[in-house]
Amino acid sequence: MEFEAVIGLEVHAQLATESKIFCACSTKFGASPNENTCPVCTGMPGVLPVLNRKAVEYTVRTALATSCKVQRRSVFARKNYFYPDLPKAYQISQYELPVALGGHVDIELDGGTKRIGITRIHMEEDAGKLVHEGEFAGAQASLADLNRCSVPLMEIVSEPDLRTPEEGGAYLRRLRDILVYLEVCDGNMEEGSFRCDANVSVRPKGQKEFGTKAELKNMNSFRNVEKALEYEIRRQIEVIEDGGRVVQETRLWDAGAGVTVAMRRKEEAHDYRYFPDPDLLPLIVEDAWIEDLRKTIPELPAEKVARLAARYGIPKYDAGILASARALADFFEASVAHYAGSPKTTANECVHWKDAILAGRLSPETIAHAVEDRETGAISATASKKLVELVLETGKPIRTLRDEKGLTQLSDTSALDAIVDKVVAASPKEVESYRNGKAGLLSFFVGQVMKESRGKANPKVVQEVLRKKLGDGGPS
Amino acid sequence: MAITREEVLHVSRLARLSLSDAEAERLREQLGNLLDYMKQLDRLDTRDVVPTSHAVEMGTPFREDVVHPFGDREALLKNAPDREGDFFRVPRIIED
Amino acid sequence: MENVPVHQWSLLEAARRVREKEISSRELTKALLARIEVLNPKINAYITVLPERAMAQAAACDEELARGAPRGPLHGVPVGLKDIFCIRGVRTTCGSRILHNFDPPYDAAVTTKVLAAGAVLLGKQNMDEFAMGSSTETSHFGVTRNPWDLSRIPGGSSGGTAAAVSAAMCFAGVGTDTGGSIRQPASLCGVVGVKPTYGRVSRYGMVAFASSLDQGGPITRTVADSARMLSVIAGYDRRDSTSVDLPVPDYLAAVDKPVKGLRVGLPREYFEGDGLDPAVRAAVEKALKALTDQGATPVEVSLPHTSFALSAYYLIAPAEASSNLARYDGVRYGYRSEGASGLIEMMSKTRAEGFGAEVKRRIMIGTYALSAGYYEAFYGKAQKVRTLIRGDFAKAFGKADVLLTPTAPTPAFRIGEKTDDPLTMYLSDIFTIPCNLAGIPGLSVPCGLSASGLPIGAQLLSDHFREETLFTAAGAIERAVPVPRVAPLTG
Repeated sequence: MEFEAVIGLEVHAQLATESKIFCACSTKFGASPNENTCPVCTGMPGVLPVLNRKAVEYTVRTALATSCKVQRRSVFARKNYFYPDLPKAYQISQYELPVALGGHVDIELDGGTKRIGITRIHMEEDAGKLVHEGEFAGAQASLADLNRCSVPLMEIVSEPDLRTPEEGGAYLRRLRDILVYLEVCDGNMEEGSFRCDANVSVRPKGQKEFGTKAELKNMNSFRNVEKALEYEIRRQIEVIEDGGRVVQETRLWDAGAGVTVAMRRKEEAHDYRYFPDPDLLPLIVEDAWIEDLRKTIPELPAEKVARLAARYGIPKYDAGILASARALADFFEASVAHYAGSPKTTANECVHWKDAILAGRLSPETIAHAVEDRETGAISATASKKLVELVLETGKPIRTLRDEKGLTQLSDTSALDAIVDKVVAASPKEVESYRNGKAGLLSFFVGQVMKESRGKANPKVVQEVLRKKLGDGGPS
Repeated sequence: MAITREEVLHVSRLARLSLSDAEAERLREQLGNLLDYMKQLDRLDTRDVVPTSHAVEMGTPFREDVVHPFGDREALLKNAPDREGDFFRVPRIIED
Repeated sequence: MENVPVHQWSLLEAARRVREKEISSRELTKALLARIEVLNPKINAYITVLPERAMAQAAACDEELARGAPRGPLHGVPVGLKDIFCIRGVRTTCGSRILHNFDPPYDAAVTTKVLAAGAVLLGKQNMDEFAMGSSTETSHFGVTRNPWDLSRIPGGSSGGTAAAVSAAMCFAGVGTDTGGSIRQPASLCGVVGVKPTYGRVSRYGMVAFASSLDQGGPITRTVADSARMLSVIAGYDRRDSTSVDLPVPDYLAAVDKPVKGLRVGLPREYFEGDGLDPAVRAAVEKALKALTDQGATPVEVSLPHTSFALSAYYLIAPAEASSNLARYDGVRYGYRSEGASGLIEMMSKTRAEGFGAEVKRRIMIGTYALSAGYYEAFYGKAQKVRTLIRGDFAKAFGKADVLLTPTAPTPAFRIGEKTDDPLTMYLSDIFTIPCNLAGIPGLSVPCGLSASGLPIGAQLLSDHFREETLFTAAGAIERAVPVPRVAPLTG
C-alpha cells in the first residue's frame, strides 16, 4: 500500500520589538536572570497589561505579506494553565477571534510552485525559562528566569497542505525569509526567535480522511525539522504496516539519536478554559491603518526572485540565493546599476562575497568595478579575487589597489604584440611544430607569454594574437 | 444539578487545589446546589444575544514601543518563598 | 460644631481645619491612632495599622503647610485603604493567608492619588478574603464587627473600611465593589459608599477579583465627603487598559444642586418578593418622599431581567476570579506550603492551605463554568444574560435620571448567621449586583434605622459616567433624612 504524509506546521516567531508586548521591559536577549522584568510581566497582584502598538503593526504586516485577511476586530483570550515559567498562570493569547485568517505562502519545488495555505495568525506572549538546577537528572529544584515572559510572539498556523519533509523545509525557509524581509523577526531557529512544531499524520494514498496525527516538538533547525518529519512519517507507516494504530500524542525529536520519542510525562487533559481577557479590550485594526501598513510591505522573496531572474536574465537558482537576504539582493541591483555589462557575473560575485556584503564591508561599486574590469579584460579573474580581498583588508578603492599593485592585465593587443613576437622568435622549433599540426602547443606559447609578461597578459587576448601571428595550428 | 465526585476532583486538579475527602464532598453538594440555582438562566432565550465579553465599548489602547526598565529586580525577588541568586526556585516536576 | 469631637468631623471639615491651621495633621493623626488602638481590638477594622509611618507623614504635612505648600484637597487628613490596594513597602494581604507577608514592589493608582492629595495613611483595612464575601467573615485576619452592634457583621467585602469610617477610625476610606462590596457594607454601617462607573477609577494596583466588574470607590460619613474622595481617585490611567479617558467633573458641586424635576425611577422588581425586610422598604420610601418633597418626579420602571442577575454574576465573577487567582501558586510571592514532594503538590497544597473556604468554592465554580463542555452553558450564557441586564438599564434611563432601590434586603445580620449556606449569603447582594453587571455607577446613602436601631441605606443608580446625578439625589436625601453617621456605641 502506498502512503502519503499530511503535514501542518505551527510557527512561533518572536517579534523584534524593543519592548515586551504588555509592558515596557526590554526584549533584549542575554540579560542576567530576571533583569528584564517588572511587576506586570512577573504577574504581581494587581497589575494590568497594555498592548504594544508595534507588535500589532508587525503582525498585521506579516498578515498582509502572506495574503491573509486582517480582522478588523480580534480578541485577546486567556489560556489558563499552571507552570513556574508562566507568572500569571495564564498566557494572554488569541483564540476564537485571531488578528488574521486565511492566507498562503508559495514555495518553489523541483516541479514548480506550490501554494501552502495559512489558517491563521495570532498574537500572544512568550513564557519564561525554566532551568534545572545542576546538570544531573536527580536535581531537586528548578530555577525560573522570567526575562522572556511577555516577549511578543506571533503564531502562524499552516493548513495541512504539506506532503513531504522537503516541502516542510521549503515552507519554513520561505516563511522565515518573509519575516526577515519585513524586519519583524530575526528568523533564528537556533536562538529560538523562530520556532516550529509539526503535526504529522499518514494516510493511504487516495484516502480523503486524515490519519491520526502526532505533534512533534523540539526541532531547533530547518534541517532538524526535515529529519524529524522524515523519521516520523516512516515510523507511522511502519506502525500501520505492522498492524498497529498511530497514537495521538506529543513526541519530542531527539536530534542525537535521530528519533522521535513520546513524551514521558503523563499528559494531563489540557483544558485551557479560554475566555476573553477582561483586562484588554478588543483589538481594533482600522482599514486606514491597514492601508498605511500595506504601503510598507517591501517586495517579498517570491516576487523578487521572479523579477531578478526576468530583469537581469540570471537563473532562478541564482536569484533565489540573492533573494535569501534582502540586503544582498539590493546590493546586487545597486552593483548592476553601476555596471550592467554582465549581470550573471555580478550575481556570481555577490554570491561568492555574500558574507562580507551582508556584514556591510563591501560597496556595490567595488563589485561593479571588479566585474567591469574583468569583462573589459583589464584584470584577470584571479586578480579580481585578490583585489576584493585587498579591499576588505585595506578599505582602499578597488581601482586604486589595482593600479598600486600593478594588477592591470595586459589586454592591449599592440602592447602584447611585442611580447608575442619576442616569444615566437625565441622558440622557432615549437613554432614549426605548431604550424605542422601540434595545435596543443598554443598553450606552451601562452605560458611563455604569461611568463614574459610576469602574469600580466590577458590569456584570452594572447591566444588571439598568437593565432593571428601563427595561424590556428595546422597546415594552412 | 448532580455533580460527581470525579468531576469535583477533576476540577480541583485543573485549579491546583488539593481537597480533603470531606471538602470534596461538601463542595460537591454546594456546587451542585449553586449550579442548580443557576440553571434558571436556561429559561432565557439568548440565541440572538451578543455576549458582553468586555465591560467597556472601546478598542484596546496602545503603548508605544519604548523601553522603560523597572530598575529594581530586588523588589521583585524579595517576596520569593525560595530563591537562588536572582532566580525563583521551585521544586521539580515529579515524573510518574 | 464646636463640641463635636475631632474624630467625628467630616472629611471636608477636617481638611478645612488642617488647611486653616486650626489643628495640625500630627494632632489629628495622633487622635485617630489613639482611637484605633482602643477600638480596633473590638471591631477589627484594620489588618495593619501604620503608626510610625502615619506620624511621619503627618509631620511632613505640617511642615509643607507651614511652607505654604499643601499637596492637595486631603492635605494632612488621615484616611484608610482597603487591604486590596498595593502600597510599596507596606504589607498588602487582601485578607488572605496566601498574601500574609506580601510587600508590593509598587503603589496602586489609588494609593498614589490619595497620597498626592496629601492624605495620611493610617493603615490597611480588613476585608473578605480577595473581596469574595458579603460580611467580612472570611478574612484570614478575623471577623470585623459592625460598630452599631458588635454581634453583627458590617457587610462585605469592604467591611473593614465601612466599619472604620462608621466608628470614626478614619475620616474616609477607599474600598472596592464587584457585586456590592462598597454599597452593601456602607448601608449596613450607616455610611455613604460609592461604586463609580466601570473604568472611572484605575484598577492598576487594585488586586483583581473579577476584572470586568471590580471598581474602587469611596466610603465616607457624608455625601459631600464621597464626592471629594471620588474626585481625588477618579481619572484616566494609561496603565489600565479599561480606564476611560474622560475628564473628572466637579462632583462636590453636584451635592447641593436641587432635585426639582429629577425623574426618580423605582424598578418594580426590586420591591417585589418577600425577601425585602419591611423596615428597609419603609426607609427607602422615606428616601423617595425626601426626593419628591424637594421636587423630584417618581416614575415606574421595570428591569425585567433582575431576577437573573445573581446567577449571571455568580458565574462570571468566579470564572474571572478563578483565572485571576491562579497566579497565587507559591512561586514568586506569598505563602508556600512546606514539605511538598514536587511542583504540582507544592502548588496544590499551597493553594489549599493559603486560601479560605469561600475563595476555594468560587475558584471551583469558576473553573467549572469555564471548563470544556460547560463554557457555553455557564460562562457563555451568563455573558449573554449580562447583555440583557445592560439593556434593561439602558431602557430605564430613557425614562428616569436616577433609580432608587434598597441597597440590601435586610439590615446587618448576626455573625455566623449565613455562613452555612453560600446561596443565602449570596442573596444579600441581590440589589447591588445588577449595577456591576451593567457597569453603571451606584451609591448607598443612609436613609433610616430599623426598629432595633440598625442602619438602612438607599441605593441610587444612574447611567454611565453620571455620578453627579447620584451625588445630587443623595445630597437631597441626606439633608432631609438625618441619620447618625458615627456609630453611637463607639461615640
